[in-house]
Amino acid sequence: MPWDRNQMAERAAQELEDGMYVNLGIGIPTLVANYVGDKDITLQSENGMLGMGPFPFEGEEDPDLINAGKQTITELRRTSYFDSATSFGMIRGGKIAAAILGAMEVSEKGDLANWMIPGKLVKGMGGAMDLVAGVGRVVVVMDHTNKHGDSKVLKECTLPLTGKGVVDRIITNFGVLDVTHKGLHIVELAPGVSREDMIAATEATIV
Amino acid sequence: MKKVYANAAEALDGLLFDGMQIAAGGFGLCGIPELLIAAIRDAGTKDLTVASNNAGVDDFGLGVLLQSKQVKKMMSSYVGENAEFMRQYLSGELELEFNPQGTLAERMRAGGAGIPGFYTKTGVGTVIAEGKEHKDFNGETYILEEGIFADLAIVKAWKADSTGNLIFRKTARNFNPPAAMCGKVCVVEVEEIVEPGDLDPDKIHLPGVYVHRIIKGEHEKRIEQRTVRKREEA
Repeated sequence: MPWDRNQMAERAAQELEDGMYVNLGIGIPTLVANYVGDKDITLQSENGMLGMGPFPFEGEEDPDLINAGKQTITELRRTSYFDSATSFGMIRGGKIAAAILGAMEVSEKGDLANWMIPGKLVKGMGGAMDLVAGVGRVVVVMDHTNKHGDSKVLKECTLPLTGKGVVDRIITNFGVLDVTHKGLHIVELAPGVSREDMIAATEATIV
Repeated sequence: MKKVYANAAEALDGLLFDGMQIAAGGFGLCGIPELLIAAIRDAGTKDLTVASNNAGVDDFGLGVLLQSKQVKKMMSSYVGENAEFMRQYLSGELELEFNPQGTLAERMRAGGAGIPGFYTKTGVGTVIAEGKEHKDFNGETYILEEGIFADLAIVKAWKADSTGNLIFRKTARNFNPPAAMCGKVCVVEVEEIVEPGDLDPDKIHLPGVYVHRIIKGEHEKRIEQRTVRKREEA
């Protein structure tokens, strides 16, 4: 059985080490916060906050306190606030240890496409280009194939890029792949997924 | 010098002209200068270029200036919440310059700090880098981005003293300080104006040197995505 969304998030949480400052993207990456356990992890929200807390209790929503997905959230005892230039200064400056992000396509060279489908409504890249260019380590969490069953792990991305050569590790429902200069290296397979299954489902070169 | 004005229309008097560039604070609908936006709509100033991370929603925030077709060009990182924006953009009525969010914030900060250009890794190898100068530093490639020098900055803060020292609240700070810095003139709307000395000088987020006019007003502060947890889960 390949991993489901929560199992992918649980696996991605293993990427986080005690003491890390981390930025989590929207979608499956948001679920990663549920699996950090006892590790001391500080979540960054790029609209200007370190130490992001859970959603507020009903009736305690504060319009001045939202995350980068524009959802109401809460603060923690460790929380600090800052402006957007400072926020991206710490991202661009490599102070944020890791970003866990969703993707539409990833290439074997670590290229990432997750912001635009030509011909479809373009909403914008938000902070994704800054994050992938700046943080210490970029981990992508996504389904291995699209809804048509085509591989999202490719030799070359077909969609406009968010960043070139920026992805370090890919976690999908099939398992975990590392981007190396020779190609993709299988780090781990989900239960019931064989090496052959992984290769068959992947357009990119697996070494 | 008197910085406190009675209302948004008076605070903007003499500052608005067709074709001007405005930098606006705010992230989504959080920390947006809603009263100043409404006053610009009422003034009818046209052909605006607006640098703002987002473009509001159809009936609130910068969306109201799109509804009234006063905006010629948006410089933003994410515009996904606004149907009228998309309609005008797809029909060619509205120009759009996408900026990565951190690049937009730094362009504002740089403009305010007298820096006309800076190099960044953000966007290298993407459409954002097309047509921009590339330069290598220590074996890595960077692109040149330009500072923003806006004719006017419109900003929302929590508290001001009457000399323009500002304090923001929680994540409503966001783009407001860099936007304020890059404006030739900066007009700020706040929830409370206090006397000089009432704010702890060590806790000022933006010094009054950047702030030229201040108004106090009632803010709707609309929530875009209301997410909550149930008490039982606690």
